[in-house]
Parts: sequence; structure tokens; C-alpha cells
Amino acid sequence: MPKFLVDNKEIQAKQGTILLKACLDNEIYIPNLCYLEGIDPPSVSCRMCFVKIEGERQPVPSCTVTVKDDMVVKTDTPAVRQLQRTALRLLLSVHHVDCKNCQANKKCELQRMAKFLKVGLKPKGLERHLREIEIDRSHPFLDYYPNRCVLCGKCIHVCREKNGQSALTFSKRGFDTVISFYGVKDLSTFECENCNACIDICPVGALILKESKEEFLK
Amino acid sequence: MNPAGNEKIDQIFNAVYKEAERRRSEFREDPVPKIHIGMATCGIASGALETQKAFQEALDEYNIEARIHTVGCLGHCYAEPVVIIDHPDSGFPPIFYHEVNAGKAKMLTKLFLKEGDPRFEHVYGAMEENDLIPSVMEFARFNREKRVVMEKCGYIDPEDIYDYIAEGGYSTLVKALKLNPYEIIKEVQNSGLRGRGGAGFPTGRKWELAKGSGEQEKIVICNADEGDPGAYMDRTILESNPHQVIEGMAICAYAVGAKKAIIYVRAEYPLAVNIVTKAIRQATELGLLGKSVLGSSFDLEIDVFRGSGAFVCGEETALIRSIEGYRGMPRHRPPYPVQKGLWNQSTVINNVKTLASVSPILDHGADWYREIGTENTPGTAIFSVVGNVVHAGLVEIPMGVSLRTLIFDICGGIPDNKKFKAVQIGGPSGGCLNEDFLDTPIDFDSLTEAGAMMGSGGMVVMDEDTCMVEVSRYFLDFTQNESCGKCTFCRIGTYHLLKILERLTKGEGQDGDLELLETLSKDIKVGSLCGLGKTAPNPVLTSIKYFRDEYEAHIYEKRCPALMCRPMIAFYFDLDLCARGCDACATCCPVEAVFTTSNRKKGVDQELCVKCGECIVACPPEYDAVRKVSPPDRVPHIEKPPEKEKEE
Ligand SMILES: Cc1cc2nc3c(=O)[nH]c(=O)nc-3n(C[C@H](O)[C@H](O)[C@H](O)COP(=O)(O)O)c2cc1C
Ligand code: SF4
Ligand code: SF4
Ligand code: SF4
Ligand code: SF4
Ligand code: FES
Ligand code: FES
Repeated sequence: MPKFLVDNKEIQAKQGTILLKACLDNEIYIPNLCYLEGIDPPSVSCRMCFVKIEGERQPVPSCTVTVKDDMVVKTDTPAVRQLQRTALRLLLSVHHVDCKNCQANKKCELQRMAKFLKVGLKPKGLERHLREIEIDRSHPFLDYYPNRCVLCGKCIHVCREKNGQSALTFSKRGFDTVISFYGVKDLSTFECENCNACIDICPVGALILKESKEEFLK
Repeated sequence: MNPAGNEKIDQIFNAVYKEAERRRSEFREDPVPKIHIGMATCGIASGALETQKAFQEALDEYNIEARIHTVGCLGHCYAEPVVIIDHPDSGFPPIFYHEVNAGKAKMLTKLFLKEGDPRFEHVYGAMEENDLIPSVMEFARFNREKRVVMEKCGYIDPEDIYDYIAEGGYSTLVKALKLNPYEIIKEVQNSGLRGRGGAGFPTGRKWELAKGSGEQEKIVICNADEGDPGAYMDRTILESNPHQVIEGMAICAYAVGAKKAIIYVRAEYPLAVNIVTKAIRQATELGLLGKSVLGSSFDLEIDVFRGSGAFVCGEETALIRSIEGYRGMPRHRPPYPVQKGLWNQSTVINNVKTLASVSPILDHGADWYREIGTENTPGTAIFSVVGNVVHAGLVEIPMGVSLRTLIFDICGGIPDNKKFKAVQIGGPSGGCLNEDFLDTPIDFDSLTEAGAMMGSGGMVVMDEDTCMVEVSRYFLDFTQNESCGKCTFCRIGTYHLLKILERLTKGEGQDGDLELLETLSKDIKVGSLCGLGKTAPNPVLTSIKYFRDEYEAHIYEKRCPALMCRPMIAFYFDLDLCARGCDACATCCPVEAVFTTSNRKKGVDQELCVKCGECIVACPPEYDAVRKVSPPDRVPHIEKPPEKEKEE
């Protein structure tokens, strides 16, 4: 089992373990949004989980590295923090911050990272660019909030895991990328009613059960 | 090594070569005139199809016997459609004619082919030394070039494999099949060949890594995605001499141990797709591809894959994803494609120009190749030189030639007596260099050091009227549009860069914008996942570095020094120069912004003017009275006579 140092703490993990996971399992927090065990290759790269590994010139995302014997890792160098803060500010610059009215309030990963990295939720400097559509209501049971979504891709992955194929997908590209239900012709083949996996995994409050469904289930 | 034995390979190939030679001498010895017409996309776009038709009709009309030979591109864009007429009976050498439209074709058929008068006023130059007509080799555009990859481009018919074989084509494959794969890899390594797709990775090393990755079958991919705006070298090579690329692929496949190869061409290149597909078919028919190549134990199947035309799909991992049928998105490396590539097999991806260099290298030897170019980057560079330059087009030069030589000597410098301002190298990933860099030798390392990039070979030359802020905005608009959206820095970061630059060009810059551009750019470079994001800020960073005063003028004075950003300029007519009674500008103005002053000169109603610049073109050169200023409030006040006077 590889033994290695993270922030001067000695850690052991099974051969093949992802560095990010090894750290999280050992109570060393590294901000992260898109990592999920078993996504290969991941369709997203949030670029939050940077660490400095001795011997590498620049910080590397810890979710792309497997643990090695004797590696020396630092999770809080100035270069690491600079990148993480910029990435978070960028995410927040396209985010409709309205925590009071958001179901994710207090369990939101953005809030957690902002606190951890000491970045205000409404950072100065960058202009805010929001998408025109505030809510996509096209799914029978779910509402999707593009201005809250951080495009981590986890919802797509868990849906595929549970249902064999995914009712959610990325559509458009670049800055316009959103999650959509487009291309899923018959949602009734999905067990959306009893599933909720995507809602549960969403690190922010971008997927919400439609009120009508709650009523319907009652 | 080869169960079939070397003699068998030679025997099979000799039969093919004999046939090629027979066809060529039949063509050569035919005493009738030959008309070679450049028919790559560039030629066709300039009307080569009409030219061909006009020749055909004129030959029929005057009852002249001649052979029309369609060839690829010579690289002389500025001169298209290009025609070379070889008329032995006239006593003249083969002659290069430029801009041969249908009318010129008809005239040349009558006067030169029929009556033997080459029409000196239309002659560009002779294709060989002679006493009658200066040779094209006296021009720098021809004699300073060194053709390795494009040697046969524009001389052979890309749709006829025998043309290539008669010129020595595929003989290197024959040579390679008789060598041990390791010897080939060694030779490529010794040649110092570096990948021409942008990054300059040593090709021999890449092949060695693939070869060493295990016994399983490998895959070879030729990257012809070529998404840089303004770059069209790879397309032209595929359209002009596809077999040199195919031969390189076959040698690579044999060396690394692949039975399958793919050419990834963008679907927007229909002519290239057709020509390559046809070339593969012809090569297979002659036993140069397919099962048991030339009777040896080596099998190779080459497919053409048509890419959807996203810039990011040129990135090797995204390209592989897209062949696998997914969204073309890059992934983290390592693993590199040589370790885990297409369908998880070890994959060698090389650029078109890289693969096209292989056959000349094996043919003439690594030492010959090392003689060309520089110590660290042997060989040639191919650029598509466009923008404010006299002889635009494709240029193949030895590495190490200076930018000055390339732009001023070979490409004829800046037109219209304008001053050189900057050169943008490497497309959206590259940088803008100013005058101080004109003596920089062109190779991977010195361009990277200067903050630009070799990239795949796009080069835009810009004169004094170009606004560097606008140029940055243009490139960021491109990369932002092409970002796949997978990673935060590129998806959102480049969007911010673009929005800031858009504000600057509209005269809405603010304190702090320059600093924000710089810090964001630096973080995007480090933070992004793939080369697209990592290099997207280069145009911004280099132009800030070398043209900082222009950014400052935009932000703090709302002034565009190049007088290019429309919201920051105004037009007026210099009353000392404006001719009384001339109406040229007023007639051309699309919005009737031009009024007549009380002494019958002209003024511009600033409220109405849309800054289209038509009046500059319209104003007769002997007056040249139209002026631009920036910022707009510097425009002199010119009294507009009261409205009712006009109605009288
Ligand atoms: C955004 C992006 C676009 C690229 N586009 C191309 C391309 O159009 N053609 C190409 O050969 N390489 C392109 N590359 C480089 C390839 O990833 C790869 O390095 C190259 O094909 C390797 O071939 P070489 O070793 O012969 O240069 C691109 C890279 C990036 C990051
Ligand atoms: S997603 Fe998080 S940061 Fe955004 S509004 Fe909801 S709680 Fe606030
Ligand atoms: S909806 Fe939630 S889980 Fe899905 S991509 Fe957006 S943030 Fe991630
Ligand atoms: S850098 Fe841009 S293009 Fe590359 S993976 Fe990230 S988002 Fe996609
Ligand atoms: S710039 Fe265009 S709109 Fe303005 S005065 Fe000249 S022609 Fe008219
Ligand atoms: S968690 Fe590593 S890139 Fe998102
Ligand atoms: S002359 Fe062929 S590309 Fe220009």
C-alpha cells in the first residue's frame, strides 16, 4: 500500500486510489465539485481540486492522480489557492446567488468552498453574466436552474448508473453549455418518480423537485 | 523478416513503377502542348473550373490538340488561378501565367497555342532557365523556398497515383518494408523531425513510445482537422499530393506495428475528403495498401473519418473521443494516446505535414534532413501567410529563416506603402509580435520564447491600420466559441476576457481592465485542462506586452490609435482639400450623412454617420479629403446650413 505525505501528514491508501479521494477519506479537505468514483473518463473538469505535488512544475488536479509511494503533496500553497479562488470566482460570476430562496442553502458546496477559500459569494472584480432562462421546466418532475448549475456532470452520471441510460445530458457547448432533458423521448421509461438520484447528488440547488410532483405523490 | 522476401516486394513494385513510367513518357513524349491548371480549393475558389472549361472550349473552337493536366496547388494564392503552359513547338519554355480567368484562357489558346505568341505582358515567368523569358526562380517567392513536404504539390495530378509513382512515390515504402521497424524509428529519430501539429513533439520518440508500449496492435491517426482560422496548409497538401501523406502513414504503421490507420479530415473540406478517399482506393488497387502490402506480411487498412469541424477536435484526446462516437471533448493526459488511445489501443497521432515529411527523410536520409533548418528544429516550416502582405499564400521555408525575410523578401512586404505593425503567428493559440521580433528566426523554440507559437502554421501580417485590441477580441471570440465547456477556466474565463475586450473596443473600458485581463489570462493558462484553454490567452497577453499603449489609449482616452474601432472614431472632410462641387462622397453615403456647406464643400452629420468608410473609397485620390479621428470629440465642427436652404 503506497504511503505518502499530504501537508506533512502521513497517509496510506490502496494502490490505484485517486489522490483526492485518499485525502478526503483522511479528513484533508480539498475543494472539489465534479469528482465521483467510477466516472472514466470524466466528462467535466471543474478545476477546483488542485494540489501541489513535489516534482511537478505546476499545480495538478488531485482527482487525476493516483497515489504513489513517497509522493509529497501540499494542498494549500499560494499557487494552489490562487487557482482555486479564481476558479470559484469564475463559477460565482455566472451564478445567481440568492441563498435565502434556495433549497441548497447551508448544504451547498459553493457556500462551503467560499467559506473555506475565504471568497465572498458575490466577489468584486468580475462582472456577472447570467443566462436568460432562469428555470427550465420541461421535465415532468424536475425543475432545472441554469444559473445555479456548476456543470459538474454528477446528475448525468448517477442517472446513467441507476437507469442504464441518462435522462439528462449536456447540450450546447462552451459558455452556453447547460444540462438538458433534450433527446430523452419518453421520460416514462425512467423511474424519475421514485428516483431523485440527481437531486440528491447535485452539489448546489440546481435541480429541484417540482411542487406539482410533491402534490401528486401526496 | 518478410516471408515474401525482398525480391518479391521489388518485383511487385517494379511492375507498378514500369506502368507509371510508361504513362508518363507517353504523356511527355506526346508533342502536343500541355496545360497544367491548379485545381485545389484555392484555385477553384478563384475560378479554375471556368478556366478549365474555357481552355477546353477554345481548343475545340480553334481545333487545337492539347492536353489539360489538372494539378494541385503551387502555393501561390495571390496568383490564382495559376496555369502553366508547356508548348514545345513554340520554342518557349513552360510558362507560368497568373490570374488566368476564362477570357485570358481563351486569348492564350488563340495567341500562344495557335499563333505561338506567349503574350509577354501576361507572362509571370518561365518554369526553367532559358534565354527568352526570365525564370520564376529569379523571384524570392520561388527561390527562397525549400520544398520538402510540398515538393510535388502543384506539379502532379493528385487524382492519379501513377503521377506520384513516376516521380519516385512509394519507393520509400518499398525501402521501408525491407528494413527492420526499429531501424526506421531510429532514422526518424536521428532526423530530429518534430511534430508539425503545434507542439513540436519529437516524432521518432512518439513512435518509439508506441512501439515500446507492448505487442498489441497499434493505430495510426493522421490529424487533418486543421481548425485554425486562416490556416489551410493541411487541406492543400491533401488536395495536391495525398499519396505522400498516405505513404508516410504506411511507413509509420509498419514501424510501430499498426494494421489500421485513420485520416481525420474535417467534413468542411469536401474536396480533400474526395481526393484522399480516391487516393486510398487507387493505392489499395495497386497493392500498396490493404492485405499483404506489396506481397509482404504487412497489412494496412486506411479509413477516412470526417470530423464535425470543431476546433477542439484537433486536440488529440478530443479527436479520439469523437472517432469513438462521443462529444469531442479533451481529457486529462496522461495517459497519452500512445499509452491509451483510440478504443484504448496504443495510438500514434501525427499531423499531415509530419507524416508527409517521413518519406523524404527515409528517402534522402536523416543527415540530409538535418542539413535543412536549425539545430533544434530541422526541416522546413509551412506557413499560410495572409493579411496585409503582397504575395499571400503557402510558403515552405527552411526553419530558422527570419520573420523579416519571410514577410518582406519572400512575401513581398506590406502593400500600399503602409507600415508593418505586427505579425500574428500560431492562430488563436499564438501571439502577436511587433517589429522588434522581425529578426527572430522561425522555429518552435524561439517563437515560443517570444510568446507566440509555431502552432500549425497560420500567419497573419498586419499593417499600421490594425488595432491590436480588436485583433485580440477577434481571436478570443473564436476560442470562446470553440471552447468545449468542460473546464471552468476556459468556459467562463475566456468569456470574461472576451466581454472585457468587447467593452474596450466599444470605448467602454474601465480602470482595472488591463490588470484584470492579465491576471485572468495567467490563471486560465495554468488552470485549463487542454491546449485550447491553455493557449487561448496568448493573443491577449502578447498584445498587452508589446502594444500596451494601445490598450491604455482605449481605456483611459477612449481612443483607438489605429482608427479601427468604430465607436471610437469619427469621419470628417478636410475643407482645405475637399473640392468645391464634388459630390462623390455624398452619392455613396448609405445614410445621407454628408451635407453641403455654405461654400459648397462637404461636412459629415455626426448624428447620422454610421462610420462605414465608404466615403474614403469614394473621395477621388487627387483630393483625398476624408479624415478619421479618434476619439470622436476631436472632429472639427463644421457648420451645417439650415435645413430649409437644402430644400430650395
Ligand atoms: C485546441 C487544439 C487544436 C489542435 N488542432 C490540431 C490540428 O488541427 N491539427 C493537428 O495536427 N494538431 C492539432 N492539435 C495538436 C494535437 O493535439 C496533436 O498534438 C498533434 O496532432 C500531434 O501531431 P504531431 O506530433 O505530428 O504534431 C491541436 C491541439 C489543440 C490543443
Ligand atoms: S446554489 Fe448555493 S450559492 Fe447558489 S443560491 Fe443556492 S445555496 Fe446559494
Ligand atoms: S444540475 Fe447539479 S448535478 Fe447536474 S451538472 Fe448542474 S450542478 Fe451538477
Ligand atoms: S480548456 Fe476549454 S476546450 Fe479544453 S477542456 Fe477546458 S473547456 Fe474544453
Ligand atoms: S463614413 Fe459612411 S456613413 Fe459616414 S459619412 Fe462616410 S459614407 Fe457616410
Ligand atoms: S474535482 Fe477534480 S477537476 Fe473537479
Ligand atoms: S495557391 Fe493554392 S492555396 Fe493558394
